Amino acid sequence: MAQMNLVAAINDALRLAMKADDRVVVMGEDVGKVGGVFRVTQGLYDEFGEDRVIDTPLSEGGILGTAIGMALYGLLPVPEIQFADFIFPGYDQIVSELAKLRYRSGGEYPAKMVIRTPVGGGIRGGLYHSQSPESLFIHVAGLKVVCPSNPYDAKGLLLASLRDPDPVLFFEPKRIYRAARGEVPEGDYTVPLSKAKVVREAQGSKAVTVVAWGAMLYEAIAAAEEAEKQGVSCEIVDLRTLWPLDIDTVVESVKKTGRVVVVHEAPRTCGLGGEIVALVNEKAFLHLEAPPCRVTGFDTPFPYTLEMDYLPLAHRILPAVVATANY
Amino acid sequence: MSDDLARDLGLFRVLEDDGSARKDRPAVPTAILLRGYREMRRLRLIDAKMILLQRQGRVGFYGACTGQEAVPIATGLVLGEHDWVFPALREQSVMLVRGFSLVQFVAQVYGNAGDVQKGRQMPSHHSGRTVNQVSWSSCIGPQVPQAVGAAWAMKLRKDPNRPVSIGFLGDGATSQPDFHSAMTFAGLYKVPAVIVCQNNHWSISVPTHKQTASKTIAVKGRAYGVPSVRVDGNDLLAMYTVLSEATQRARDGHGPTFVEALTYRIGAHSTSDDPTRYRSEDEVEAWRKKDPLDRLRKHLVHLGLVDDASDAALEAELTDAINAAVKKVEELPLPDRDTLFDDVYAELPWNLREQREELRASPKAPAHGA
Ligand SMILES: Cc1ncc(C[n+]2csc(CCOP(=O)(O)OP(=O)(O)O)c2C)c(N)n1
Repeated sequence: MAQMNLVAAINDALRLAMKADDRVVVMGEDVGKVGGVFRVTQGLYDEFGEDRVIDTPLSEGGILGTAIGMALYGLLPVPEIQFADFIFPGYDQIVSELAKLRYRSGGEYPAKMVIRTPVGGGIRGGLYHSQSPESLFIHVAGLKVVCPSNPYDAKGLLLASLRDPDPVLFFEPKRIYRAARGEVPEGDYTVPLSKAKVVREAQGSKAVTVVAWGAMLYEAIAAAEEAEKQGVSCEIVDLRTLWPLDIDTVVESVKKTGRVVVVHEAPRTCGLGGEIVALVNEKAFLHLEAPPCRVTGFDTPFPYTLEMDYLPLAHRILPAVVATANY
Repeated sequence: MSDDLARDLGLFRVLEDDGSARKDRPAVPTAILLRGYREMRRLRLIDAKMILLQRQGRVGFYGACTGQEAVPIATGLVLGEHDWVFPALREQSVMLVRGFSLVQFVAQVYGNAGDVQKGRQMPSHHSGRTVNQVSWSSCIGPQVPQAVGAAWAMKLRKDPNRPVSIGFLGDGATSQPDFHSAMTFAGLYKVPAVIVCQNNHWSISVPTHKQTASKTIAVKGRAYGVPSVRVDGNDLLAMYTVLSEATQRARDGHGPTFVEALTYRIGAHSTSDDPTRYRSEDEVEAWRKKDPLDRLRKHLVHLGLVDDASDAALEAELTDAINAAVKKVEELPLPDRDTLFDDVYAELPWNLREQREELRASPKAPAHGA
């Protein structure tokens, strides 16, 4: 097995998929010759040529609209949106079209694609190179949303996303593009969608379930290590697929610990954390020993200078975990 | 636009490569030439300094306009105090020409307590109410219909100052639907707007000929009934002449103009970019020979308005002013973390008041990279 970072693992998955299936087409701004502004598609243009790795004009609506047409006709497009913050000029194509095509055509015209896009803050990107818009897509019926936290999962989840029959938004946490490293098997494998992973098990009676994903998973782990020193044990669930989420794993863990803290970068109000807390209340109410808690980005635009204050980093997760444990 | 300027979308130029001016072109006042030269020099020095500071890790990002200075500087020279500007990434300097302070300009790049935007935006995203320059998001395109809307309002209100609204965009941005909406509205409602596209030949790694099958960018304006011209954007005199005429037309109630300014991005797209990965040094070198500052300098030397001694003195003066501004800005503190919640709404709703308390009670955040 090779050591890879997130960028290399996603690149590897794209290469494998393109080799195995000539319907797979990568398209987007700067994805060709330079291999993307984060180099995720590096080398693909040279290997597969300009008909399969397409440097498109600067139009997200154009990219996503034409990708839908390609998908309807039988290709498997993998459009890249340069930053998730720039998906909104194409939002109409996703919300009004992509998400609803299967339904409105009575199942005759599903449009299958995987939209890749970097998300998240911590890279001095300011308002428009930092956002985490997952709940704006989860709220729309018909879309699946994935967010890996490590190279192994990234490759396996991307290959699984390509095989899944539904459109998938594949959110890549850019803050850990190069920092997250790990063993990645050669060749084909998948990590199933809608399966969370317990990355740290709780021990003892003073335990808290922490649900996190993407770059914030590492912050949750850092907070858990500190909490351990204060006698609080964390069970950390890496959600991996944000929708449809693996509610069984979350509920099973909460039944065990009786406590839950959800962490995400997106603003709190109407964020995925709110949905998870509602689900836990509905499905595990009698097991709860403390109010469910959210540690999230604030309900503000994403700031530039104060971004480290904005983000729900370990320094904010730790007190929430300890308070929930000691409730 | 007069028939002469609009002729068949041919390229309008005043300055030849050797710095001589065409005889048949309108004269530009000497004071304007000297002011333009000074501002272009200052801008080039500011950009070089900011890129250096970014490399030293003292600022987080920078988007320079090196090689494209004639476009924003000519704009600043032409505009009056009531006019409005909707910039994209490479027109921040219009504010400086219109009197915005250099210290505040540099403070925006640092995003600290001296920044009128309170450190909310990435560097190179300046705005300022005092000079009617509107805050740009980062998103490519949306400012263009906004510029048209401001112009429309100026017309609807019959503003006695007869202001104009200027919207900027790059060649890549003309692929965005927002550009086309802007042109549709501008043409139909004959608004006092001038839309200026800086065709710098690249949209990050995508060359203009891979961006569109249109032979020119200017022709896109014509389709919407907006008079459109192509100008040598590396020629301050040509830019000044065309923008003067276009803004006058707008003020006189004759409607919008679309200007394609042909220029070239000599440096990287931004400090996050490495252009050697997608374009040849030969191409860059060919454009260096058409450098707008060099061409203007040759012209001014020709006219006896500039020489080596005056240049050296100017450069020293401007460099001192820039260094002094940087020093002043570096002494300023970061914005207080409470300010995170200000300006989301005019007044803080309960959720933000609660979250502000939460932040006040939480430990100090780690520094970047910690
Ligand atoms: C809606 C949107 N999509 C993508 C981007 C990423 N991006 C930033 S600048 C840029 C290229 C802009 O090219 P152009 O309009 O020609 O202006 P230039 O930077 O060359 O001045 C791209 C694709 C963005 N900022 N906004």
